[in-house]
Formats: sequence, C-alpha cells, structure tokens
Amino acid sequence: MSGFSPAFLSSTSNSFVELARSVAPETLPIGEGRHLAEQVPEGTTIICFRTASGILMAGDRRATIGNMIASHSMEKVRAADDFSVIGIAGTAGVALDLIRLFQLELEHYEKIEGARLSLHGKANRLASMLRGNLGLAMQGLTVVPMFAGVDDSTPAGQIFSFDVTGGKYEEHRFHAIGSGSGYARGALKKLWQPALDPEAAVTVAVEALFDASDDDSATGGPDFVRRIAPTICTVDLESGVQEIDTATTLAVAAEVVERRTRKAQS
Amino acid sequence: MSQAPFYVSPEQLMKDRADFARKGIARGRSVVVLRYDQGILLLAENPSPTLHKIAEIYDRIGFAAVGKYNEFETLRQAGVRYADLRGYSYHRTDVTARGLTNAYAQTLAGVFTTESKPFEVELVVAELGLTPETDQLYRLSYDGSVIDESEHVAIGGQADAITASLKGLATSALTLGEVVDHGVRALAAATSGPLPTSDLEAAILDRTAVGHRTFKRLDDAAIAALRED
Repeated sequence: MSGFSPAFLSSTSNSFVELARSVAPETLPIGEGRHLAEQVPEGTTIICFRTASGILMAGDRRATIGNMIASHSMEKVRAADDFSVIGIAGTAGVALDLIRLFQLELEHYEKIEGARLSLHGKANRLASMLRGNLGLAMQGLTVVPMFAGVDDSTPAGQIFSFDVTGGKYEEHRFHAIGSGSGYARGALKKLWQPALDPEAAVTVAVEALFDASDDDSATGGPDFVRRIAPTICTVDLESGVQEIDTATTLAVAAEVVERRTRKAQS
Repeated sequence: MSQAPFYVSPEQLMKDRADFARKGIARGRSVVVLRYDQGILLLAENPSPTLHKIAEIYDRIGFAAVGKYNEFETLRQAGVRYADLRGYSYHRTDVTARGLTNAYAQTLAGVFTTESKPFEVELVVAELGLTPETDQLYRLSYDGSVIDESEHVAIGGQADAITASLKGLATSALTLGEVVDHGVRALAAATSGPLPTSDLEAAILDRTAVGHRTFKRLDDAAIAALRED
C-alpha cells in the first residue's frame, strides 16, 4: 500500500527529531568526520540579557575559517518560534542545522499537540538535541547555543545557556557565549542594569558586541560599508519575537563609534 | 473443517462499505472551506473549543475534516509528519497540497479496500497559492476519491445542501467578512437553524500574513466581529 508510510499513521511521538531518526535518519546531521575543526567556519559572540519588558539577544555576523573570514553576513541569532530566540556559537554548518531542526521541533510539537511547549520544555528539548550531537562535538564540531524566551508562566523571560554535553543552566541577568564572550561579558558587567528600556537595551547590546569585536578577531563589528549590522532580537509577551531593523542598529552603532572616537581623541 | 464462506460480489462488498462510511459521516456536522480575496477561510460547526476539525498542516496548507474524530486525527497527524519531514529534507516550498492529497488518497483507498472497516471521514486539503489563481482546494472521500474545487467546498452530512446554497457564488472575489457571512448562512440553513458564534470554529490561510506560517485560528471575538447577521 502506498500513501503515508506506516510510521506516519502509527507514530505516537510529538517529536520531529524522533520521527526523523526512525523514518529518515539520512536527513539528520550525523557524520563521520575527523579533524574537521580546522576547516569549518566558526567563531561568534552572542549576548543575551533581561530588559524591562523581556529578553534581548544579539549576535555579530562574522564566520571565520582559521584566519580567514568566511562570511560577513551570517545570522546566528534567530527566532525559535513566536516567543523564544536561539543564538548559536560554534561550527557554522552544524549550528545552522541545529537551529533549523530546533525551530522545526517546536513547530512540529505545536501542530501535533495543538499547544506550545512551555519555555522549560523547549530548553529541555534543546538540551537533549545537543546530547544527541555529542559524537560530532567529540570530533571537534562543537556547537554551543543560548536560548531565551517568555511564556505565560514566566512573562519576564528566562535565559538558558548550555554546554556541549547538553547541560542546561539558567542565567539570571545576562550571559554571553562564543569566542568573544569574555570581552562582551566584561562590557555587560559595567553597562547592564535591571529594567533597561528598549532604546537603552539596544545601545548596551551594540556596545557589548563592539567591545567583543574590538578584541576578538572572530567577532565582526558593525559594517558601515556593506550596511551589515549585528542581529538584535527582542522577546516579550505582548509582541513576541521582534528583530530590530538594520537601519536602527546601524544608527545606534554610529553613535557608539562617534562617542568612542571623541573619547579617544580628547 | 470450516464452512466455505458465502459468496459476496465485489459490487455488493464495496457498496456495503460505502454505505457504512456514508452513514457514519452523515451523523456529524459539516465543514465548509471558501476562498476569499486575500486567502482561504475554513469554517466548521463545532461546539467543542478543543477538539478541532480544522487544523494547520504546513505553512500554506490547511486541513478540515468531518467524521470520526480518532480517525481524522490520525490522518491529520500523519499529514503534519509528512509535511514537516518533506520540508526538512528538501525545502519549505517543496511541500505541496497535491503531494499531501495523493498520500491521503492512497491511504484512504488502501484502508477502504483492505481493512475490515473503512475510515468514516471526509477531508479537505486547502493550499494557499502565492497568487489567488494558484489557490487549491481538494475534497477527499472515505474511499480515497479526490475532487478539486475552484471556489468553495463542503464536506459532511449536509455537504450537498451547503453546496447547493452556495452554488454559482464566486467567493474568491469577496472579502473575508462577506465570505464568513455566506459560509455561516449556508451552514445554518443546512442544519438546525441559527448558529451562535460559540458553535463555530474558524481559521484562515492569510495571504497577507508576515512570516512563513499563514494559518491563523479565529477566536470567538474575531468571528463575531466578522459576522453581520
């Protein structure tokens, strides 16, 4: 009998990853690769912090292969669904695949069950997907995501960081991941305050990423020539995930650059 | 020694199954799917706020069903699995209503001829085109037969009465509000009488939606605002 594969009709799972693993394992990112780490694009700074209304997550746009810049315009911060965002540092190919798979995992659950996963549920699913990726991580293709969002039971939002083994940790104020995270976190320590209003939050994000790109070669700064700005996404319960447009971010970045130029020359 | 079975002609066998399925479907309330100028409206008479007859399959594909809940729910979930896996393996634009309809048709036809009991369901698969001309509406019956419609399609016990009352109406030229009115009136005329908004389930595939998912449920307040009667 043709039509649906029997697994489609008899499956009881609401997980897309489990479905794909049983029906079409060849579509999932698994592979045999050794010492690939030197040849694949990586590098990043992703920052995330609480604001007055919810969460802000931002990331630079650069991807590198060794000392080469592989991409100027990679989007490493994405909406996971309507009320959560994911940012990824690490091997670009695996990271982008993981984002795509995670977005689909949430959408699949929502469609099958007719309801959204809770924020903790989403974070736990991401953790178990990372655990499934451990084989690749051992070969040097590491991926470390950061996940944040809001839901009805946590309207102020929550931030989760992860390690390659799938460990999940809740962050309470701000956090940064990636090769430039140390510098960004240093900046956030000085600049972040509780209950930042939207404009101040964007400025803090741009400042922190600017500091990271200043000292980390794998993190890109705002690019006024190509009009490429860091990706900045905000999440709150009222309007869901919203991406700040490039023009606004570049205008804020121009102010930051101008302020720093003045300071350096005085 | 077991007794030799009585001979039943294939015609009789198929007729019995078809009658059985039709009877099951006739007991349920109807669903009507109508195109409007900016999308496709899926409208059902359904007092339950949680057991849906209308659902999202994929970005531009909606699903409506009547009949036995557990059976069309299995088919709905199979459709979501089919669509998500196809979209993940290839690309989101490679998931089409035609492919999905074929899978439904094959499964329904297989169950109708080989299983001990046919599915007592009727389905509509609707795809929102990028332009109005490419909208697609498919109606699937319990035996796997497929009909494609151009403006509107009704399924369920009162499908014929609804289709008759909408006959000749080019809904694709009308606004959402007008189409809701026509749909509600046709549903109400074919059943017991006036329909309170709380007994309606509605969703749209919206061509003006931002982002890739165009399916949107309309809550009671939204339906009430669109109704004029």
